[in-house]
Amino acid sequence: MENQLRQKAKELLEKGDVKVVIGYGWNKRKTHTTPVFITKPEDVDKLVFNPLCVNNLSLYLTRKFADIKALGKPAIVAKGCDIKTIAVLISESQLKREDVVILGMSCNGVVYRQELWKSGTDFKSVPADIMPTKCHNCDVRNPHIADIIIGEEVNFTPPDTPAGMVFDKIRDLDKKSGEERWGFWIEHFNRCIKCYACRQICPLCYCERCIAEKNMPQWIETSAHPRGNLAWNLKRAMDLAGRCTFCGECERACPVNIPLNLVNQKLALVVKDAFGHRAGYDEKVHPPMIIFNMEDTEDFIK
Amino acid sequence: MSSHTQHEQTGGFEPKIVAFVCNWCTYAGADLAGTSRMEYKPNVRIIKLPCTGRIDPLFIIKAFEKGADGVLVSGCHPGDCHYTTGNYHARRRWIAFKNLMDFVGIDSQRLHFSWVSASEAIKWVDLVNNITDEVKKLGPFVEYKSLGDRQ
Repeated sequence: MENQLRQKAKELLEKGDVKVVIGYGWNKRKTHTTPVFITKPEDVDKLVFNPLCVNNLSLYLTRKFADIKALGKPAIVAKGCDIKTIAVLISESQLKREDVVILGMSCNGVVYRQELWKSGTDFKSVPADIMPTKCHNCDVRNPHIADIIIGEEVNFTPPDTPAGMVFDKIRDLDKKSGEERWGFWIEHFNRCIKCYACRQICPLCYCERCIAEKNMPQWIETSAHPRGNLAWNLKRAMDLAGRCTFCGECERACPVNIPLNLVNQKLALVVKDAFGHRAGYDEKVHPPMIIFNMEDTEDFIK
Repeated sequence: MSSHTQHEQTGGFEPKIVAFVCNWCTYAGADLAGTSRMEYKPNVRIIKLPCTGRIDPLFIIKAFEKGADGVLVSGCHPGDCHYTTGNYHARRRWIAFKNLMDFVGIDSQRLHFSWVSASEAIKWVDLVNNITDEVKKLGPFVEYKSLGDRQ
């Protein structure tokens, strides 16, 4: 699979179809993968693909896209879940489909490093139970939008009802009382240090200027005070409603382990129920929060 | 006598209700209530916006931050929007926002959504009175106000 990827990347670079390939490479000690930008055909051996390739590289198609475009047309190595993000970016006119060559990787699931440490296994044979929730429910292991598909077809049928820790916890929270939920979230949000790592890593948080930095008037308190923390996290969840594709990068980047996937996936479920929309499957439909339907529910409006 | 004219004075806690209303329908409805000399609970602070589509969820969060005990959001009935579709967009946003607020555990009795047209002064008066009573029963929003206090 890696050889196929390197070969395709080499072809693309040699033919001049693309000027840069955004992909994954090893860090020095080969403990995790890191984004690499290949501009020369002879460098393609640096490209790797394995379950440790967790980063969502579509981030480089947003705020940093100008730097990438300065090099020339890019090709991007993307798993199905990353392609979902690219689809949202295209549907929001942040990107044109022809601006990027998508090297879609068939994927058997990824794994976070700390889970590997905990289970003591090697990344070459990752048991399904230590994979993140998104992989348990993945229906895009075979890339759904791609110019070139790399790897063999994967046979995997996701469960009918979303399974895994994130969805179990959402169901668990839904059963609890409002007070208990409030306690749960305040406890988590209190830890927030306002580092904005969730925003920086999110490929869909592409605003050039964020409301969190706006200070006349100041909408979100900048200090890591619980009041501002709550406002910030609610605002970000709201902004991702109907857009979040569950790449899980925000929670992975969060230095204080706030379960951001819970709140984002809760809203994704709400949007699916209310508007029948799942983000990232079709780049040609409008995002649900910018359109409306005359028949939207209004049972809560008096 | 309809409920909007009943007025009883009670001592103790008086809730602060912030109402985000649209310029064309609900504000005009509230205005009609005023010019018709209807009486209603003075707990409501009206904030007029051009359209419900202008209401960012942050407004509501900010209202709670600044000490509101309840928030009311109100605009034109579907189909009546001055800007044709502003309230449809707002409705979509509210569906998501209401669910989000429920999920983080904010009592749904503190956040109300409504359609009030320019002629519905009576509906406006009843709405404000009912919400004020409801929030009064709940008491001050101490959960939000005490955020950051050392336990």
